[in-house]
Amino acid sequence: MFDLFKIAVRNLMRYKRRTLLTVSLVTVGVVSVLVFISVSGSFKNMMIGQITDSFLGHIQIHKKGYVASIDSLPLTLNLGPNALQKIEKAIKQTPDIEAYAKRIKFGGMFSNFVETTNVRLNGVYPEDEAGTVPLLLSRVREGERTIRTGEILVPELLAKGMKVKVGDTVVVIATNRDGSVNGKQFRVGGILESATGPGGRDGYIHIDDAAEILRMDTIQISEIAIRLKNFDKLQEVFDRLKGELSKELNKQGKPAFEVHTWEKLSPFYNIARMIDVMTFFVKLMLIAIVLISIMNVMVMAVYERVREIGTIAAIGTLPGKIVAMFLIEGFSLGLFGAVVGDILGIAVISVLNVAKVSFNFGRQKGLLLSPGINPQDILLISIIVITISVLASLQPAYKASRMNPIDALRHV
Amino acid sequence: MSLIAAHDLSKTYLKGETRVEALKGLNFGVEPASFVSFVGPSGSGKTTLLNLIGCLDKPTSGILRVDDTDVSTLNTRMAAAFRGRKIGFIFQDFNLIPVLTVYENVGYPLVLVQNTPSSERKQRILALLDAVGMAELRDKYPDQISGGQKQRVAVARALVTKPKLVLADEPTANLDHKTAYMVINIMKKMKNELGTTFIFSTHDQKIVGEAEIVYTLEDGELDGR
Ligand SMILES: Nc1ncnc2c1ncn2[C@@H]1O[C@H](COP(=O)(O)OP(=O)(O)OP(=O)(O)O)[C@@H](O)[C@H]1O
Ligand SMILES: [Mg+2]
Repeated sequence: MFDLFKIAVRNLMRYKRRTLLTVSLVTVGVVSVLVFISVSGSFKNMMIGQITDSFLGHIQIHKKGYVASIDSLPLTLNLGPNALQKIEKAIKQTPDIEAYAKRIKFGGMFSNFVETTNVRLNGVYPEDEAGTVPLLLSRVREGERTIRTGEILVPELLAKGMKVKVGDTVVVIATNRDGSVNGKQFRVGGILESATGPGGRDGYIHIDDAAEILRMDTIQISEIAIRLKNFDKLQEVFDRLKGELSKELNKQGKPAFEVHTWEKLSPFYNIARMIDVMTFFVKLMLIAIVLISIMNVMVMAVYERVREIGTIAAIGTLPGKIVAMFLIEGFSLGLFGAVVGDILGIAVISVLNVAKVSFNFGRQKGLLLSPGINPQDILLISIIVITISVLASLQPAYKASRMNPIDALRHV
Repeated sequence: MSLIAAHDLSKTYLKGETRVEALKGLNFGVEPASFVSFVGPSGSGKTTLLNLIGCLDKPTSGILRVDDTDVSTLNTRMAAAFRGRKIGFIFQDFNLIPVLTVYENVGYPLVLVQNTPSSERKQRILALLDAVGMAELRDKYPDQISGGQKQRVAVARALVTKPKLVLADEPTANLDHKTAYMVINIMKKMKNELGTTFIFSTHDQKIVGEAEIVYTLEDGELDGR
């Protein structure tokens, strides 16, 4: 026959304009939040992707203390063959790792025979590097997208400043860990576009060349970068690797290695955090909008229906039922607003995708914004809206249930 | 065994400094299946008394037993439950729920007060709508029917839970004479058919003639039959 929901919906239909207005307000709030979350989320993910895939990797492993003194790229903190073996064993035991790359990082002098300047270089295994940071070679603007022995990828600012071109011969001079100096000639194989963040302006050479300059008998790795199969498992994989590697202790009895996620290695993490904080405040605003508009409408509803409340209370409706009646009304308002908002929000996001909005980030131009929203976010927003709607109705509903029937019936 | 028994029943309102003695030591009883009217001029205490009998308010002193329950022992919630089980109400302004149809208004107490199984509901509602002559208009909303029709629906609503007692405070005050008679006669018919006790208040002397037992209230005091 009929139930509390039917009564609630009919009461809402009684004041169509007001109900429509309240539902629209909630809807606008939900749409704004969904669009904001999806756009900022897509921006954030794209930025993270750019940074991790261009040079950083998702996770890096070093000898303890390396990251703290990373500015000087200390060769004394490289990993010996024993340590490397342990780390590689741990990596192979960990599922969800797609690829990893070993690097020798060092600072040296870069000379075009006329001028000399500083350079930071990575000696890498080209295939491992391409697998771990797939966007690296796409940054090569001139020349071939490979790293061959005897060739160097020169960062573009350095190339400009030193006026070197692809095919030129240059010299790299470096001091090895014992303090002796060595140099080697390279052919400029390519010019590398800068990427945002530290390490985004490094040059690249083959790891064998790096070992030669630094006169390493056995290769001593500075850094291991790791790429995951699924970025969402970052924390999980990190915890596993860290747990595995923390068993290895150095002579002081402290962990011998350090493991970092990209978050600890790139200042962009703070921007990502800012976006999260902004999202949080946008959600808070939504909560405020819903709270105020629903509470307002429910206070009105109770006030308008004092005599009805008196009637149903007099004929024996228990206070709990009266509370439920008004809570369900608030719930229905929130539900309508959330559902309509979800549908419109998804529509707007789809339109944004079709419209192909593009933007620039640092020196990377024309990145395509592809906002998406996952079902959990939609569900979460809907649950927040509906819960707040019910909470906003609580006080008016309680007030209604506590009315003295005699006074309520006398109310005009 | 009386359905209602009042001993030295008093109600005093305190309004700031002034005390209004609305009821001054009433003694009376009402037997089951009777058709009782309280008459009296405005301010004589009719509404006050019906509110006490209906467990909507508590006496200041004296004892009031309704169906063997001392009403002053009931807390708010218990009183609501008691009303829902034992008492039907008819109001001067009809007080139907505007968003519910005639049929749903009569069904309201079964669904939201008593939780009657749905198989039983339909038959009870239709029987009562038939008895008050409102079966044909059962899908109309309150604002689509006349005052007399509304009050007939209200009578059906008051009876749908099979209460022992129906209270009606000035049920005919907003109706014209002819309609008022009809409503009172429907109430009387229902009392005869179901054995429900009806107590109504009025200051209309002609309507009073329809009552079987008439108590006259005067300034908060009972003036015999
Ligand atoms: N809540 C209240 N506070 C103070 N005084 C009240 C209150 N309710 C009723 N009274 C007073 O109690 C007396 C009896 O009132 P009551 O409403 O019971 O009379 P009544 O017979 O129903 O009158 P009417 O025919 O006008 O409805 C009146 O003097 C009235 O002013
Ligand atoms: Mg009165």
